[in-house]
Amino acid sequence: MAARPIWKGELKIGTTRIAVKLYSAVTDRTVRFHLLDDKSFLRVKQHMVDPDSGSEVPAEEITKGYEVEPGTFVVLTDKDLESLQPKPSREIEIAEFVPPDQVSQQWYDRPYYLGPNDGQDAYFALVEAMQKRNVEGIANWVMRNKAYIGALRAVDGYLVLCTLRAASEVLLAQQLPKPAGREPTQKEFAMAKQLVAAMEGEFNAAEYKDEYRERLLEFIEKKAKGHKPKLSRAKAKRASTSLDSVLQRSIAALKKGKKAA
Amino acid sequence: MSFGLVSVPVSLFPANQTNRASLRQLGPEGEPLARRYYSQKTERDLDADEIVRGFEIDTDKYVVVTDDELERLQPEKSRDIDLKAFVPEDAVPPLYFERGYFLTPESGSEKAYKLLAETMGKEDVAGIATFVMRGKEYLVAIFSDHGLLRAETMRFPDELRTPKEVGLPEKKKVPPATVRKFEKLIAGRSKKQFAGSKLQDEETEALLKLVKQKQKTRSNVIKAERESTDGKPAQVIDLMEVLKKSLSGKRS
Repeated sequence: MAARPIWKGELKIGTTRIAVKLYSAVTDRTVRFHLLDDKSFLRVKQHMVDPDSGSEVPAEEITKGYEVEPGTFVVLTDKDLESLQPKPSREIEIAEFVPPDQVSQQWYDRPYYLGPNDGQDAYFALVEAMQKRNVEGIANWVMRNKAYIGALRAVDGYLVLCTLRAASEVLLAQQLPKPAGREPTQKEFAMAKQLVAAMEGEFNAAEYKDEYRERLLEFIEKKAKGHKPKLSRAKAKRASTSLDSVLQRSIAALKKGKKAA
Repeated sequence: MSFGLVSVPVSLFPANQTNRASLRQLGPEGEPLARRYYSQKTERDLDADEIVRGFEIDTDKYVVVTDDELERLQPEKSRDIDLKAFVPEDAVPPLYFERGYFLTPESGSEKAYKLLAETMGKEDVAGIATFVMRGKEYLVAIFSDHGLLRAETMRFPDELRTPKEVGLPEKKKVPPATVRKFEKLIAGRSKKQFAGSKLQDEETEALLKLVKQKQKTRSNVIKAERESTDGKPAQVIDLMEVLKKSLSGKRS
């Protein structure tokens, strides 16, 4: 079944506009639980209480506060918070295009598909032009009272808009010291290189599935039927010995595996 | 973390932090409030040990799953980040990435850690692994980044929709003249570099500015007379400091 767009807007590059629909590219498959009261097995409800008296404070008596120092709050009214919201807009403004390697892996947050809303020519022409020039667009837009910066990418012939994190939300490796300790020897580097080469392959996403999620759902299904499946506890792992000898054994094991296959 | 038969004990530290300034809910006297769960039936507040976890199999019908069962469901070696393959570094599409972590070596495993980080960096490869953390299985891509190992947790392929699943129209061939028009449009706006400093969090900045402004008027400021007992204090953890300590080999 086709997904429903979560937002409609216009891509704006200079004076050129392309009407688009935005769809989530992600489906969350996390196994979600509800909190239940252990006697009635009904869902628990939540409310806000004064921690000292334990008595409930109704929603209309609650105010919001920003803690400026421990125990001191600046009150923010709903009106204050509304005044902070960006101006609503239907434009996704693309101000610049950059080579893909200029957008750090660490910034990518959440991907959305863009689909054409009316005319398809302009949409697919932009996809083709972006592929030809090998660029990503830097996008600014406001959606549901929140301002976003994103990367516009051409992926498999379609437009994907990925929200980006703020620079201040990302820790960079270059700001951190290198780990202390001894350097590996040349011989160890040579063996590690051999080991990595032996394990090198292509990235094929289809190879990976969430086995734990499958086990969990299977278990729930069995338990629902009244069975009590046996579960054995995970075993602890042994510590390894010298790096040199373990590298050697790893390479030997891989070679053996390859011959057998 | 293990590759081949080599195991490298590591710690994980988040590489992302949220700027989102959290607002506290306050009562009529300015006292910080606490969230409590209560029973629908008795309307009494519940303690943590009176709450169980249920999976809804039908409307209001649940299968209860205990902590112990969840733990036992974790596969053997679940805590191991078992590197299954090395792939070219640019082969993993960033659309898969969810959250970043830095891996730091446990004391005694620095040499094996450096060996892996430096070899991966020289060969321009990323490692692909799966592991279980806090009751969830993760697929991760591990990158060598300035002498450190950085893991990006990834969405599983069935968590990313395909254009077909979304219902996007079939690809369409468009007149070359239209493509050229867009190429021109792109060329006119192309930059060689993109400065990360442009990724500002204006929302948080605006909130903090408003807070500062309101703070000047005394009536906007509330001092809670009582120390909140279970309200979590706004404890700010300096991730950078924690990481630096861990990398220097000192115990925190």
